[in-house]
Amino acid sequence: MNWSHFIAQNYAQILELTIEHLWMVGISTLLAALIGIPLGILIAHVPILNKPVLTTANVIQTIPSLALFGFLLPVPGLGDRAERLAILALTLYALLPLIRNTYTGIRGVDSAVLEAGRGMGMTNGQLLFQVELPLALSVILSGVRVAVVISVGLATIAAAIGAGGLGELIFRGLAMVNNLLILAGAIPAAFLALLADFSLGWLERRLRPR
Amino acid sequence: MAAWMTLRTQVTARSGASSLPASHSTSVCLAEMDRDPHNGPTIQFRNVSYALPTGQLILSGINFDVFPGETLVLLGRSGSGKTTTLKLINRLLSPTAGEVRVEGSAATQEDVVRLRRRIGYVIQEVGLFPHFTVERNVGLVPRIEGWPEEKIRRRTQELLQMVGLEPTLASRYPHQLSGGQRQRVGVARALAADPAILLMDEPFGALDPLTRNELQHQFLSLQQRFHKTVVFVTHDLNEALRLGSRIALMELGKLVTILSPEEFLHSSDPLAAAYVQAFRSGLDSAANRGTS
Repeated sequence: MNWSHFIAQNYAQILELTIEHLWMVGISTLLAALIGIPLGILIAHVPILNKPVLTTANVIQTIPSLALFGFLLPVPGLGDRAERLAILALTLYALLPLIRNTYTGIRGVDSAVLEAGRGMGMTNGQLLFQVELPLALSVILSGVRVAVVISVGLATIAAAIGAGGLGELIFRGLAMVNNLLILAGAIPAAFLALLADFSLGWLERRLRPR
Repeated sequence: MAAWMTLRTQVTARSGASSLPASHSTSVCLAEMDRDPHNGPTIQFRNVSYALPTGQLILSGINFDVFPGETLVLLGRSGSGKTTTLKLINRLLSPTAGEVRVEGSAATQEDVVRLRRRIGYVIQEVGLFPHFTVERNVGLVPRIEGWPEEKIRRRTQELLQMVGLEPTLASRYPHQLSGGQRQRVGVARALAADPAILLMDEPFGALDPLTRNELQHQFLSLQQRFHKTVVFVTHDLNEALRLGSRIALMELGKLVTILSPEEFLHSSDPLAAAYVQAFRSGLDSAANRGTS
């Protein structure tokens, strides 16, 4: 079976799994942003929290992904909840770059600018939304970019617990010793990672303060 | 020597025109306060001390008044506590002992944000928002105060003209301006909501001498029109003599003395004399090199 024949036969499934893959990455990144960005803002303003929060996120990051998904395997009734568990795991992995970059971005805002703003009578909320976040935006976005690229890769392993995505083709190909099947999962996944890296990188440069 | 003489005449003329004598007696103050609370000192420091959380004493036992419409210059070397004193006025810092009163009420009892919006603030690093255009930077306080857009636009144009900037610069970003232009924008921004009090922390310190001279000139002419109550921090005696109604000399967290510019030049206080000596020696050595 040559590759053009293979694609013609399987493109519908590849497309479906790609969309499933994107869905897992998108939802988990969104959740991680909803948790990680506020946490990053918090630890940038409450120095005492910064060590414990960053350490926890770091520890999560060091758990090997295959092991984490392995831990989830014996969960009863996994079949129905596989996708949700995969999204949870991906969210945990995406937290560190988001928290760390939000923290770094906000701490990097010129203190003279902040002092001028505070001295002119801006409230903490006004400083955050009009000064700190806009000036930290490109650094935060670079955190999003790292998180997305990591997630695209990790999401292939989610297939190990039956959560679907492009990893399913890879795992199936490994089991059947079928290189075409492996590549049908690996190439779209690599392409997604590159696309996310490129487009978010472009956005980040556009938003970088001069 | 000729330059020196010109400067002295300038100083004499200025202190002659100054509305308030250097030794303002307390009894006069109280009598005025009975009629109108704002006729007293605009800013009062009463036994103010400030220590870092580590216990290190930065300021101790500071007492002075700033009267309406005068420019009080805080002069001293780096680390003498000038900037700390300034930040106690708009409560970027709070005194660890004593009391700072602004327009009659103790700053620590007031809503900080409201207090700060009544006080213009200019710092050396300018602190313009890099992601805001000149127009948005200048209109910042009016905008957070909720002025209508049209009024903010008119005010911004008026202010830019007032500080000697082309109206066409309004749409530029701070990084597209020269140092002098940025500092002018900083002054315009501080004046935006027409505050009665202006705090200036070495606003012209980072500028080249000619630009600094222009801005000092601009400051004097603005001061002649608007009579703001100004507290001005500098380490430059020339600037202090030129701009100040009175000069408060600070050293090691203490207020050494407050003198009018003319008194300062003849002061027997060793520190003041040392400043004048250092200032003169530059002019003298240049003059001597010319003659020998």
